Amino acid sequence: MAVTEENLPSPTTERPIGFGRLKRKEDARFIRGKGTYLDDIRLPGMVHGALLRSPFAHARIVSIDTSRALAHPNVAAVVTAKDLETLGLAWMPTISYDTQAVLAGDKVRFQGQEVAFVIATDEYSARDALQLIDVEYEPLPAIVNARKALDPDAPLIRDDKDGQTDNLASPLWEAGDEEATDRVFAEADTIVTRDIIYPRCHPAPLETCGMIADFNPNTGQLDIYNGNQAPNAHRTVYAHVAGLAEHMIRIRCNDIGGGFGNKVPVYPGYVCAIAGSIVAGVPVKWIEDRSENLMSTGFARDYIMHAEICAKDGKITGLRVDVIADHGAFDSTAQPTKFPAGFFHICCGSYDLEASHVKVKAVYTNKAPGGVAYRCSFRITEAVYLVERMVGALALEMGVDPIELRMKSFIQPEQFPYETTTGWTYDSGDYGKTMKVAMEIAGYDELRREQAEKRERGALMGIGISFFTEGVGAGPRKHMDILGLAMNDGADLRVHPSGKAVVSISAQTQGQGHETTFAQIVAEELGIPPEDVQVRHGDTDRTPYGLGTYGSRSTPVSGGAVAVVSRKVRDKARQIAATILETRAEDLAWEKGRWYVKGDPEKGALIEDIAAYAYSGDPMPEGMEGGLDAQVIYDPPNLTYPYGAYIAVVDIDPETAAVTVRRFIAVDDCGVRINPMIVDGQIHGGLAEGIGIALMEVITFDEEGNCLNSSFMDYLIPTALECPDFELGETVTPCPHHPLGAKGVGESPNVGSPPAIVDAVIDALHQTHGVDHIDMPCTPARVWAAMQGRPEPPQ
Amino acid sequence: MQLKITINGEQVSRDVEPRQLLVHYIRDTPGLTGTHWGCDTSNCGACVVLMDGKPVKSCTILAVMCEGHEISTVESLEKNGELDPIQMGFHERHALHCGFCTPGMLMTTRALLNENPDPSEAEIRMAISGAICRCTGYKNIVSAVRWAAEHEAANKQEVH
Amino acid sequence: MQTPGPFEYERATSVDGAIASLKRLGPEARIIAGGHSLLPMMKLRLANPEHLIDINDLAELSYICEEEGELRIGALTRHAELLDSELLARHFPLFRDAEYVIADPVVRNRGTIGGSLCQADAAEDLSSVCSAVKASAVIRGSDGERIVAMADFHIGPFMTAVGDGEMLTEVRIPLRPGGGSAHEKVERRAGDWAIAAASAAVWIDGGTIVDAGIALSAVGPTTVHVTRGEELVRGSSPSEELFEQAGEIAAADCSPVPDGRGPVDYKRHLAGVLTKRALRQATARALKQET
Repeated sequence: MAVTEENLPSPTTERPIGFGRLKRKEDARFIRGKGTYLDDIRLPGMVHGALLRSPFAHARIVSIDTSRALAHPNVAAVVTAKDLETLGLAWMPTISYDTQAVLAGDKVRFQGQEVAFVIATDEYSARDALQLIDVEYEPLPAIVNARKALDPDAPLIRDDKDGQTDNLASPLWEAGDEEATDRVFAEADTIVTRDIIYPRCHPAPLETCGMIADFNPNTGQLDIYNGNQAPNAHRTVYAHVAGLAEHMIRIRCNDIGGGFGNKVPVYPGYVCAIAGSIVAGVPVKWIEDRSENLMSTGFARDYIMHAEICAKDGKITGLRVDVIADHGAFDSTAQPTKFPAGFFHICCGSYDLEASHVKVKAVYTNKAPGGVAYRCSFRITEAVYLVERMVGALALEMGVDPIELRMKSFIQPEQFPYETTTGWTYDSGDYGKTMKVAMEIAGYDELRREQAEKRERGALMGIGISFFTEGVGAGPRKHMDILGLAMNDGADLRVHPSGKAVVSISAQTQGQGHETTFAQIVAEELGIPPEDVQVRHGDTDRTPYGLGTYGSRSTPVSGGAVAVVSRKVRDKARQIAATILETRAEDLAWEKGRWYVKGDPEKGALIEDIAAYAYSGDPMPEGMEGGLDAQVIYDPPNLTYPYGAYIAVVDIDPETAAVTVRRFIAVDDCGVRINPMIVDGQIHGGLAEGIGIALMEVITFDEEGNCLNSSFMDYLIPTALECPDFELGETVTPCPHHPLGAKGVGESPNVGSPPAIVDAVIDALHQTHGVDHIDMPCTPARVWAAMQGRPEPPQ
Repeated sequence: MQLKITINGEQVSRDVEPRQLLVHYIRDTPGLTGTHWGCDTSNCGACVVLMDGKPVKSCTILAVMCEGHEISTVESLEKNGELDPIQMGFHERHALHCGFCTPGMLMTTRALLNENPDPSEAEIRMAISGAICRCTGYKNIVSAVRWAAEHEAANKQEVH
Repeated sequence: MQTPGPFEYERATSVDGAIASLKRLGPEARIIAGGHSLLPMMKLRLANPEHLIDINDLAELSYICEEEGELRIGALTRHAELLDSELLARHFPLFRDAEYVIADPVVRNRGTIGGSLCQADAAEDLSSVCSAVKASAVIRGSDGERIVAMADFHIGPFMTAVGDGEMLTEVRIPLRPGGGSAHEKVERRAGDWAIAAASAAVWIDGGTIVDAGIALSAVGPTTVHVTRGEELVRGSSPSEELFEQAGEIAAADCSPVPDGRGPVDYKRHLAGVLTKRALRQATARALKQET
């Protein structure tokens, strides 16, 4: 008998109604190759755009001659800054209240910056035409080293900004208490200092960025197809930037081939496509290639950190951090307005510190703009990397086991909710429990024995520890907005007469499984099977307003919204059930899918019958409208604070210095898990990214600002051969303020894994080679240099 | 030039330049946008299709080179409404998130199972080492291939 | 995605036909086989040939066979076939070592030995492999065939002895008793070019190494033939010290340049370590053969 979908060994009786391991609804189209990604969309009359980019990192533009390109038979237009100026679009605002050139007019400020936009009948001709545009440049000295950006003789990058006299991108940002921290350090018995770099890397989703803009001059409607993580916010931005009517803009995201923060910003290519369509009156498609993606779109990290950590009586007591943040040529970091350094000040970590002090200074350099991306939770990747590396260094200095030091210093369960020295209020946690589960899965004591035995034989094995607390689910409207838009998200739920439902959300999946997990939330709250709940998303015309998906906010915010809206519907259903059953609402009790009479459980009303009733002509409860639906905009009371204990086991070849990640143990606590299968999947993916960042992913530049990692030949992403079989565990400590008790989780694995791996490399080399610090990426060459006693920071 | 290429058993004719890449020739064919692209340097594997049964990177082959050969894309896996076991395995074991690498992974692993019906974890990881997934961390993809291998074996046993 | 510029295309129906086209069309014509070196360069517009001559139909160039005391490999033989060949693995196991780490399994279905050798990237593993086993290249032109030793085949970065109007048709490797070989490579990630790679072949008779071939990839403008290392090893009995010394010579005699894969000192160090390891493994294989 053939194996068919019907007789697969997970029968429908095992399908949960509500939370649980449910196979994904969205798989059906993807496994058939029937997803609709941006490049799959073809519209009648559509033309193709391509961007000419600067070969120089810093240069004056002397002249641009587009005549040869215009003479190409398949070229419709060539747009330069001059043309955009007449539309007021040569510059656009960024998410951090800076401005960014859409097309360079006076100068180019990073290699790969957009200089001209060609529109042609087909993609091949558009690229051919790029070769026919003649630009004369006058190269200028480039600033590539962020530490030198504020030198008195550094060339001024942003001479376009009135009053800008240096390369400072934003004023100094501080958190914590400097004086209290000084006192704590004065009283400490151990102090460790490190210069720690989190190098520039890139989210590099497999699908590059692009847009189809389709302006209808007859109706004034602008239809946009665009993979982006915050479609409503983008729509508002376009309305302001292009002077368009916001309600006449429709953005459809369809299927997105990965985001990881790369698809949050508004890119010049988008504005060019929109401008092109408005002027030409036909759809304009622009899709970048991989080099463009790596060279010009939102990079991640690039934090140069100087830190000191101290301990007294075996417990961590204080932390001081001073950061230079490299923002590139334009400040387009994406984070809430009041937090220009994102949430970096959560670097106080999982420890009951007495004091801490954090300073962050952002500078301009002649590199691509960005910084907040790649599952960073608004700079929490940098923060956790910093504190966990410092704790590892402290353990080395003190000669104590790194897990023991952490256990002694953890915030204790009874201290929650816990206010940190930099102003966070962690919601819930039992850190010791999670750490112990990790130790058990890893067989920690056995690993240490193995390590000692191997060391005798000259084999290098390292065990690295990382424990992180992060804050996700931005955020409460009184504290958190982006460009003045509160970070709330909406949910609309309608139950139809047949009892089937549609829930519309403002979160924007790029692979996170929303079509399944949000249906599961409705299922959990209302008892409607997930296959009967359609999740609608990715279309600004048909979904509520919200700030989208990044910063692991889908479950904390949109998940909260869907829970609350489902409960609203359930409450309405209760009133209707009381009418149906001719009793009072307070006499009814709920079991999944049904209101029934307390004391007479046979007497009840199923949710689908309540729905049918609500649309019929039969009498509704006093003062209540017909139908069974509700609407919510959810304002989270706080962030949620997931945490985890990670253990990495590495082997290092003593002669070649090549690092292999043999095992990776990850125990996450993200509160209640809606779909454990999807949570595990998110963690696997983030761990692979962490391996990439720790061992091989980096964006570097030479002295002239040439980008050295602008293709997948040199921006190396781990394959299946570099990733071990991840070993996961879980603890569940519910979030006290979230309607479902859930916390976010998507970014945790990327937050927690790089420090564990680097810690393992140091652990492997400390006793034999005296290594007590190394920066990422831990390539064979860089590890070898550290073994020779010459660890070098990355370029 | 006028080309005639056999894709999924059907002749697809079109007038294209010699420089047209196979991936574009496929994607310009109605209903065949399942084959994707993700890089410029033949690294990512999103474009993998089968050429005479062997996985190849269609971004690094000219369409014109494919005349006289059989090309199979992800759309050929499902037959008469029945999913291929490899597709079922990916679904069963949650081996996809965003789905962008999935067609390339499916074709690569389908070809693997055709040649090696009982691959070890190491052999699976080697087989897919030419394809990048940014979402899954590969663990579930390996698991999906094992699921498909076991179910194909079970099928064969039952037939006999 | 980046796309190539326009060109004319023809499909060769015979080797002589391909050569005739090359001659007729001149230096703006290139042969395309697997295309996985040429097409990426064309997409990046680093190579812009006006004509492509597709030789993929020339099945007569795809073979691995034993003939007249030589192992002969047709230029169109794919990497995947080189990896799978038991004949090749039996006589020259370093090919299998190398093929496991050349590019990735999917690219290996298309790339060919001829294409790899003619691309002449200094980091090409097969270049050092063929050098170490003392292979020769058969080059055919309109005037007939000539044979060039591997030592003289790679003359500079991306430059080979194949002239205008000529084509590499075959690689020949002499078969001799008592042989063992190995290839060692370190890369930043699976499928990457080597940071350094070493190929070694030894022929052992009565406990003495009677001949050796040592060649390095990725640590010079082209393949590095470690002739001083070969001299050291020739006539000696194998020992760990000998391999160590040969490694030191390899490290000293190569000329790596610093780049994203590593700085000069690390590459030299690696060349030395990998030479030692390749010699050690080649010897072990040779000796197993003897017993």
